Amino acid sequence: MDLEAAKMVGAGLAAIGAGMAALGVGNVFGSFLESALRNPGAADGQQGRLFIGFAAAELLGLLAFVVAMIILFV
Amino acid sequence: MHQFTIEPWLGANWDVAGYNIAFTNSAAWMLITAVVLWIFMLGGMRRQLVPGRWQMMVETFTGFIDDMLEANIGKGGRKYVPYIFSLFMFILFANLLGLMPLGVVGLHPFTFTSHFTITGVLAIMSFLIVLTVGFWKHGLHFFSLFVPSGTPLIMAIFIAPIEFISFMFRPFSLGLRLFVAMMAGHVLLEVLSSFVIDGWNAGAGFGLLVGVPSFVLMVAICALEILVAGIQAYVFALLSSLYINDAENLH
Repeated sequence: MDLEAAKMVGAGLAAIGAGMAALGVGNVFGSFLESALRNPGAADGQQGRLFIGFAAAELLGLLAFVVAMIILFV
Repeated sequence: MHQFTIEPWLGANWDVAGYNIAFTNSAAWMLITAVVLWIFMLGGMRRQLVPGRWQMMVETFTGFIDDMLEANIGKGGRKYVPYIFSLFMFILFANLLGLMPLGVVGLHPFTFTSHFTITGVLAIMSFLIVLTVGFWKHGLHFFSLFVPSGTPLIMAIFIAPIEFISFMFRPFSLGLRLFVAMMAGHVLLEVLSSFVIDGWNAGAGFGLLVGVPSFVLMVAICALEILVAGIQAYVFALLSSLYINDAENLH
């Protein structure tokens, strides 16, 4: 396999990270909704924590995107 | 890609000490964002007893940031409202203005938040405020941030370097998140619009098979991008206030 082809394959593999982050973000919002429906009174106070969890999970997906871009173009 | 290229609008040959300081499209859109934000705020600062629609809108935003700082930092958070509010509104307006379909009238918006130089500087500003406040209020005791309270000494040896790395990574993660989220959204829209154009260029069959679904998806992604523009501005402000909380209320 020559270098160009290997780069393309590597960038494609890096995209797996984006899918994994999608699982993480879905899990954050899913768990929040599940507990928010059990106790709607407490839900509004936890929105800040919801978005902290979202940001942490999303960052890793964005890093996977950055890795793919670096492999492809740098 | 053309929408991300920085080109000089004025003074392509302004040089200071070997560095070019041309007035670029990035700087121009920062100025436009600041002016739009200024007009928005001016319309809402008439201080009427019974607020009109516009004043209500501005007060919703200020109240939102005020509540966020109150919840995350506590009583001492009040003095950071101007900074966090400016940060939030500037990023929000920049993200939204970058999504405006002004290209139909020939004025292509430039999303300057899709460049790491700009988001990086904003993140470094937040980080510097954290450092300044931390060392100002707590002196060298601020370093105890790296050792969570109640850690046994043996664990502290391992935890301190990890905490230090995670602390130093904060400005990067803060800037990177906004920059990548905005850039990825714009790249996605560009890819989908190229599907529409190339599909129709390849013939009516491809146009109907590829172009029309891509166009429908584009409309949906545009709605998603508006959501992302809001969420990313909120997350930036939220994380900035959390980091300031670390410095303000050292455990």
